[in-house]
Amino acid sequence: MSDKTSQASDKDALVRFEISDLNFYYGAKQAVFGLNLKIPKNRVTALIGPSGCGKSTFLRTLNRMNETIRNTRVVGQILLDGQDILQMDVVGLRRRVGMVFQRPNPFPKSIYENVAYGLRINGFQGRLDDLVEHSLRRAALWEEAKDYLHKSAFALSGGQQQRLCIARALAVDPEVLLLDEPCSALDPVTTAKIEELMFHLKDSCTMAIVTHNMQQAARASDFTAFMLDGKLIEHSETSKLFTTPTDPRTEAYITGRFG
Amino acid sequence: MLTLTGVAAFGVVAVLFLILGYLVWNGGKSLNLDFFTQLPKPVGETGGGMANAIVGSLKLLLLAALMGLPVGLMAGVYLAEFGGKTFSYVIRYTTDLLNGVPSIVIGIFAYSLAVLPVRHFSAVAGGVALGIMVIPITVRSTEEFLRAVPGSLREGAMALGASKWRTIATVVLPAAKGGIITGVLLALARVAGETAPLLFTAFSNRFWSPGWGQPIASLPVMIYTYAIAPYDDWHRQAWAAGLVLLALVLVANIGTRVVLSRGGGGRST
Repeated sequence: MSDKTSQASDKDALVRFEISDLNFYYGAKQAVFGLNLKIPKNRVTALIGPSGCGKSTFLRTLNRMNETIRNTRVVGQILLDGQDILQMDVVGLRRRVGMVFQRPNPFPKSIYENVAYGLRINGFQGRLDDLVEHSLRRAALWEEAKDYLHKSAFALSGGQQQRLCIARALAVDPEVLLLDEPCSALDPVTTAKIEELMFHLKDSCTMAIVTHNMQQAARASDFTAFMLDGKLIEHSETSKLFTTPTDPRTEAYITGRFG
Repeated sequence: MLTLTGVAAFGVVAVLFLILGYLVWNGGKSLNLDFFTQLPKPVGETGGGMANAIVGSLKLLLLAALMGLPVGLMAGVYLAEFGGKTFSYVIRYTTDLLNGVPSIVIGIFAYSLAVLPVRHFSAVAGGVALGIMVIPITVRSTEEFLRAVPGSLREGAMALGASKWRTIATVVLPAAKGGIITGVLLALARVAGETAPLLFTAFSNRFWSPGWGQPIASLPVMIYTYAIAPYDDWHRQAWAAGLVLLALVLVANIGTRVVLSRGGGGRST
């Protein structure tokens, strides 16, 4: 955390992820083509583009979640703080790079156990109670959940469940948080809460968010990358990309002419 | 057409209640405390009970569970979580075939496996026969309930750094717990009433059968023996045994459902 200014304009933000010549294949079908991108530290980077453009696939290469699907192949280089993630131990990588999914997916356990899960599987030996509270506070869920910690997570509303999933991801203190359309199943009020949460998390976390909602990308991100047909078309500061896009396809997409 | 299908549906329910009613009526009349506490009386004497057969059935079910459930559960996990296409297809197809093998054939198999080498009938041999029958039902129900657990739960666990095994043990299995236990109970209930494979494996016994290496009485075989005997008193006892067998299965089933619904949290949505 070298600089605390969360201004989108500064160009010297440190790089957390550096992706070079990334290609991704589902069997014989290529989904990502020669992608180059730098994801700056302590910033929110939004990935936008029409359905099926490969933005979720790309996001899932960053914590190697695609490896859980048979017959997939990655070619290229992804550096996390200068280390090649493809050479890393996958458990260690996923501890450093957390993920929140499209639909809230709390485990069929209590709220407490959901948050403690990542700590338990990583053999955490300290005071669980403190960390569970800390994580729920970071996800802005503590006040609502503190009296129900040992109740089933299914008792929470959809938006609360999604914040629980964020708390669960934050519990292991990841450096990066990947968010795959985290608000697509939520109402506007809850969505606003999550965006506010992301703003506060910037101090301690780098975030990459896939979203279909261009207002959300404009509101909540510092940098935006536009993808089309598996290729990165344009990447710049969010304010610039939405006001003066350089590529005509970007302009067509953000003005709603397709997608 | 609607009337016809409706009548058929009613017919199904009617048959079930007819059987139940007849069983309760005839069995209830001959059921008394002696039935649960006494050994069978020698031919010619009236009274006595089937305490040994009740205990025998429970012992045989325990053996069947010990032998069949581990294999069935683990194979079910393999099919749902790991298996490749071709190999899984072969296993699934084989399991269905095994499920369709007539129980008397499984009895012959258990006979040649566990009776012929030691030259006497035994509880263990009966357990082998029933255990084999438990496997296919457990495999398929376990697989089915594991598949019903949403993939997003697996992803959630793996995204936190859990290995595949850890994910299965700590998230997937607990989520499918209720269904899997129900499946296991159905499998045990199904074999609890099996008679044919026990006739020449566990055989029967008119006395207590200590340990596991001797012939042992069981409710279904007792029903068979008593029902075809020419004594009215034995017929009455056969009805009583039928009722007790049915009650055992029902109590186990309902009991588990109650425990599961009280446990909560195991629901997979």
